Amino acid sequence: MGNESLGFIFLNALLINNFVLAMFLGICPFLGVSAKKDTALNMGIATTFVMFVSSMCAYGLNWLLVKLGIEFLRLISYIVVIASAVQLVEMIIKKYSPALFRALGIYLPLITTNCAVLGIAVFQTAKNYDLLQSAVYSVSAGLGFTLALLLMAGLREKLVLADVPSIARGTGMTLILAGLLSLAFMGFAGLGGGGD
Amino acid sequence: MSLSSKEEPLTLDTFVRGIWKENPVFVTVLGMCPTLAVTNSATNALSMGAATLFVLLCSNVLVSMLRKSIPKQVRIAAYIVVIASFVTVVDYAIQAISLQVYEALGAFIQLIVVNCIILGRAEAYASRQTVLNTAVNSVGTGIGFTLALLCLGVVRELLGAGTLFGARILPEQFQPWVLMLLPAGGFFVLAGWLLLIDWMNIRKERRALEQQGATVHGQ
Repeated sequence: MGNESLGFIFLNALLINNFVLAMFLGICPFLGVSAKKDTALNMGIATTFVMFVSSMCAYGLNWLLVKLGIEFLRLISYIVVIASAVQLVEMIIKKYSPALFRALGIYLPLITTNCAVLGIAVFQTAKNYDLLQSAVYSVSAGLGFTLALLLMAGLREKLVLADVPSIARGTGMTLILAGLLSLAFMGFAGLGGGGD
Repeated sequence: MSLSSKEEPLTLDTFVRGIWKENPVFVTVLGMCPTLAVTNSATNALSMGAATLFVLLCSNVLVSMLRKSIPKQVRIAAYIVVIASFVTVVDYAIQAISLQVYEALGAFIQLIVVNCIILGRAEAYASRQTVLNTAVNSVGTGIGFTLALLCLGVVRELLGAGTLFGARILPEQFQPWVLMLLPAGGFFVLAGWLLLIDWMNIRKERRALEQQGATVHGQ
């Protein structure tokens, strides 16, 4: 499994197996913060960044755990490392770029409980990716998450002006939109054939 | 979800509200990732529900026991470590009991750690209430979650494959809606359930209003 080309990993995580629309990871922020395009974009960027950092940490950590023969501690150590990485990222951004911190501020702590972040760490371990593959995988999955969030925000901004039946004003309508988006993304499934 | 720090008396409501009034999936819309990802068959839905129920119960009981000794500043980190330990237990247990289920659920067992329902209950309930209350409330919420997963799993398996728990229900001539087993189907079925519940709530409100109107007219 560990010998997939980088281009294939990129396409796979970005479009074919989009984290939100095909694998259902990170649905909470997807439904929660997709009401406006600019917040969606900020959230997407912050998540991509955290995914990259925690993917790299998880890679190093897994190497250490395997070396010591204590793989059963993997899950506990991953989640602790991710939570600390989020804290660390938050502090670094606050110190060096207050403007970026103001833009991302409230979203950063939320990312800890985003399943997409832990998902990245778990999947890259399951697929035996090496360091470079993990890096590409996490960045492209993050971009895929941002793409899905942006598309959804665009649709929801249009939806505000539409005449929707009264029972479908809440989450139900958002989920139907998500389903339609997911159907559209299934069209990318054919792309995977050539790269493997 | 009581926001005050007072301990509430143990009533039937402690148990029942997690199932209906505060159903984690249909009312508070938490824990969406496993809800959508593993409900392509009723069996998967049931195993996921049971695994979550176990983690929810054990971790919240432990959090409730430790609620006086966990410093406030590091409580979230402490909760997460407790939850992650129990998820590890479940992960290995399922692997030992049934490899088939383990392969079907895949990484989603490990992702129970970040299921917002569990952390939400720990923060909003277990950190303030007695062990007994917490246990009862956790079981109620867990059952509510399992029922919601089953609602989705049953519809998706029935329409997508014509079977239920692996046994054929619909006749062979039935053309399965493969869409239902695909990710998009998960979104559509959940949307359908939410619309149904919204419709019921609106109808109930309207009826209550009409009744109120009738008594006003009668006077």
